[in-house]
Amino acid sequence: MFRAAVRLSVSGVRSLTRVQPGCQGALAARCYSHGKEETDEEFDARWVTYFNKPDIDAWELRKGMNTLIGYDLVPEPKILDAALRACRRLDDLASAIRILEAVKDKSGPHKAIYPYLVQELRPTLDELGISTPEELGIDKC
Amino acid sequence: MLRLTAARGGRLLARRPMAALTPVCSRASSHSDGEVSGSVDMSRPLYWNRLDTPLPDKAFKDVLNAEDTALKQKEKGPWGQLSKEEKIAIYRLAFQRTYPEMKQSTGEWKTVVGGIFIFLGLTGLVVIWQSLYVYPPRPRTFDDEWQARQLQRMLDMRVNPVEGFSAKWDYEKGQWK
Repeated sequence: MFRAAVRLSVSGVRSLTRVQPGCQGALAARCYSHGKEETDEEFDARWVTYFNKPDIDAWELRKGMNTLIGYDLVPEPKILDAALRACRRLDDLASAIRILEAVKDKSGPHKAIYPYLVQELRPTLDELGISTPEELGIDKC
Repeated sequence: MLRLTAARGGRLLARRPMAALTPVCSRASSHSDGEVSGSVDMSRPLYWNRLDTPLPDKAFKDVLNAEDTALKQKEKGPWGQLSKEEKIAIYRLAFQRTYPEMKQSTGEWKTVVGGIFIFLGLTGLVVIWQSLYVYPPRPRTFDDEWQARQLQRMLDMRVNPVEGFSAKWDYEKGQWK
């Protein structure tokens, strides 16, 4: 039994010495096995394009928003702008307000992010007639 | 105080929350978390209140009366023309709880801690009853006199005389070292 254990541990050591591909770059935020890392601008552009689809449907809006909120980041104002405009095309005011609530929640302890987002989105909010949760008084319990 | 106890008892025995004790900003307190009491049809799109998934598969209120339908019609026009109350009503049709409402504390911990203490107390009563009615009589070897004679016997037979028990007894002076 002991010999079997030694044999197993030896094979384990051997597999560890095999070189693991990828994850070598000191600056890599993600460990891709191949291909280039997506920049922040590319990420933003991809999502803006997603929400800017003229005939986006309700499912795609929900899927996009839920996925975006699942990421470990607060979306850029330009992405939220595109999402809010998608809500307008879908005649969905409730989702537009929900999106604002969600990004405020995503900011977590960083209280300065949400006011900045609202400030950046102010022209869009005014244009589309979207009230923030604060303006409607539903930001308090 | 009595009301609180009754509520905790209610929580333990029945699973409906007491409306009188839910926090101020709760809505539709007869349902909790957008769930229907009884079985849920999982083959249909569901509604949920989740912070990490803001847009559920369906609106909270599906079946719209005439007033709601008119409101939804108005939603198709410019949103700037909607009043604050109308916007809030539109939001409430789609969503049961706002983010602050989802995040509010429930006070559930009081029920949990209370339940723990209740069961600890009951267990304590069981232990007391047991010690009175179940335990056999106390062995005589625990009596002080017996223990003293036992100790003297151990010293007389020189138990652990090098490093342990008897080594700590001073035989000349007849006392502990």
